[in-house]
Amino acid sequence: MHIVVCIKQVPDSAQIRVHPVTNTIMRQGVPAIVNPYDLFSLEEALRLKDKFGGKVTVICMGPPQAEEALRKCVSFGADDAVLVTDRAFAGADTLATSYALAAAIRKLNSEQKVDMVFTGKQTIDGDTAQVGPGIAKRMGLQLLTYVSRIVETDLEAGTITVERRGEGGVQILKTALPCLITMLENTNEMRFASLPSMIHAAAYQVRKWNKDDAGIEDISKIGLKGSPTVVSRVFGPTPRSEKAEMVNLEASSLRDISLNLLQSIFTVHPTLEQDLVEKFSA
Amino acid sequence: MSEAKPALKPAGRGRNLELSEELKAYKGVWVFIEHERGHAHSVSWELLGEGRKLADQLGSPLCGVVLGGPDENLDEFAKEAHTFGADHVYIMRDTVLNGYRNEPFTKGLTDLVNKYKPEIVLLGATSQGRDLAGSVATTLLTGLTADCTELAIDPNTRALAATRPTFGGSLLCTIMTLAYRPQMATIRPRVMAMPRADAERTGTVSEDALGLIETNIVTKLLDFIADANSNKINLPYADVIVSGGKGLKNPDNFKLVFDLARVLGGEVGATRPCVQAGWVEADRQVGQTGKTVRPKLYIAAGISGAIQHRVGMEASDVIVAINTDPNAPIFDFAHYGIVGNAMQVLPALTQAFQAHIDQRIKRVA
Repeated sequence: MHIVVCIKQVPDSAQIRVHPVTNTIMRQGVPAIVNPYDLFSLEEALRLKDKFGGKVTVICMGPPQAEEALRKCVSFGADDAVLVTDRAFAGADTLATSYALAAAIRKLNSEQKVDMVFTGKQTIDGDTAQVGPGIAKRMGLQLLTYVSRIVETDLEAGTITVERRGEGGVQILKTALPCLITMLENTNEMRFASLPSMIHAAAYQVRKWNKDDAGIEDISKIGLKGSPTVVSRVFGPTPRSEKAEMVNLEASSLRDISLNLLQSIFTVHPTLEQDLVEKFSA
Repeated sequence: MSEAKPALKPAGRGRNLELSEELKAYKGVWVFIEHERGHAHSVSWELLGEGRKLADQLGSPLCGVVLGGPDENLDEFAKEAHTFGADHVYIMRDTVLNGYRNEPFTKGLTDLVNKYKPEIVLLGATSQGRDLAGSVATTLLTGLTADCTELAIDPNTRALAATRPTFGGSLLCTIMTLAYRPQMATIRPRVMAMPRADAERTGTVSEDALGLIETNIVTKLLDFIADANSNKINLPYADVIVSGGKGLKNPDNFKLVFDLARVLGGEVGATRPCVQAGWVEADRQVGQTGKTVRPKLYIAAGISGAIQHRVGMEASDVIVAINTDPNAPIFDFAHYGIVGNAMQVLPALTQAFQAHIDQRIKRVA
C-alpha cells in the first residue's frame, strides 16, 4: 500500500508577534514547525503501514527550508519525502496550491500507485481547510474530511470505512480507494522518533522537485497567476473606543464588588436576569 | 457590516484582475441552507441576515439553496428562509441527498451555480459547509475565502470584500475575488448576528433535479450516530459563558469556573493554551482556532486577551474580565474589568449570583 501524506511547514502561530506600528508579522525567531494537524494524519498513515505494510511518502510544497519539516516526518517513520519547491509557486492561494500538489501526487502515482492521500484538517497559519478537498476534487478521489476513526480497511475489496465528525453527530461512511482523508485533531498520538530514525532522517536525501519535475506544464494555474483570490488589505485589529469600566478591588470588599457588578450586568441586559429566574424556577 | 474601505489596487503581476463580460452577468447572493436530522443550522439564518445587506447594496436578489432527501422538510426550510430575508429558494430533492455526502452535494450545488450564475455564494464554516465549499470552489475554479468575520461590498469594484483573521488571529486581511465568479466565502456560526424573522414575509421557490443515481455514488452513508445530549457542549449558542485561561494557574482551579457557570446556567469555555495543556476538552476552546461565541454574558477569568481568543468572543453582549495584570489586553475590549485574583473573585461572584437568583425566585413564588 502506498500512502501519500501532504504536510506544510508553518510558523508556530502561538509565538507570532505583530509589529505594533507596521502591522507586519515578525517572523524573526519564530520557530518553523510541521503543521500540528498534519501529524494526526501522518500518524494514522503510519498505523496503516504498520498494519498492512507498504510505504508512506510525505510531500510538501514550500520554500527550500521546508526540507526540515519533511525530515522531521522521516524521523517519525515516513519512507520517502518530496519537497515541491519553485519560485513559480509564490503567492499561491488554496486553488493554486491544490493544483500543484495534485500534479505532484499524480507524479508519485506514476512511480508507484497511490492508494490513499492524507492531509491535515487545516493549517494553523491559513486555517482554511480547503487544500484537502481541493486535491481530492482535482484528482477525482473520494473525500473523507474530519475523520475521527478508521473503522476498517479492506485492501482486497479496496474499501475503507470511517467515522466522520459531522454536525451534531458522527457519520459512518464507507468508500472505495483511492481516497483522501483529513484526520480530526486528538484522534491519535504521534509516536516518538527513535534515535536511529533521527539519525536516518538527518542524513535522508529529500527529493526536490521544481514545477517541471512535478509535471506542471500550465504555469497560469500555479502561484499568483493561478490564484483567483486577491489580498487587498492586511491590518491589525482596531481597539474598542471605550476601555473597560474598572472595578477597584482594594477600595471595597469582594462581596460589594460582586453585587455591584451583578446590578450593572442586569441593568445592561435586563432579559438575562429574567431568563435565569425562569430557568432555575422550572 | 460596515462599508469597506476602498481597496488599494492590488499588484497584478501579470494576473488578470478584470471581470469578463460573461462573468459580469452573474447576479444574486446565495446562502447554502445547511440542515441535519430535520433541523436547519442557525448559521444559515445568520448568513441570510448578512446576505440580505449585501444583496440590497448590490441591488441583487437574495436566494437560499437547500438540498436534501424527499422525506426531509425542505419546504419548511424554504419557508423559514423567506422569513429570514430570502427572496427565492432553490430546492433540490433526491433520495441520494438524504444525509450529507460530499459527492452528490458537490454536484448539486455546482450544477445550480452553473445554471443560475450567482455572484456570491455563502456557506457556514461547519464540518459540512467547509467540506462542501472547498469541493465546489475547486470544481468551479473560483476563489473561496474561509472563516470570514466581516463581509462588505467594495465600492470601487462591487466585489465581495471578505475579511478574515490570519496567522492564528494575529492580523486581519481583506480578500477579494476580482476576475472569477461566483465569489465564495464561509462564515463560522455566531460570527454574524441572528436576524429577526418576519413571519409575514414570503417568497418564491423553484425545484431542480440532481440527475445522479445511487449506484453511481461511490461513498455510502452507513449510519449516523447523533451526539448524546448529556455530553454535548454547545458553546456557540450558550447565553452565558464563563471562561478560564492560564491565569487560573492549575487545572483544579477550573472547578471555580464550572461553579460559576452552573449558577448562571451557562457553559464553560477556555483559551487555547488551557486546551493544549489538556486542562479541559477541545470543544470548550473559544477563539480563532476554537469556537466563535456571542453570549449575553461572557466572564473571562485569568485570560490575558490574546487576539486569537478575542476574535472568538468580542461579539458578546457584556464582557467581564478578571485578571491580576491591570495592563492585560483583555481590559481594552471588556466592558467591566476587575484587577484581582480570579481564584478569589470567582467564588465571590458565584455566591452573589446564587443569592440574587434564589431571592428573585422566592419573590416570584
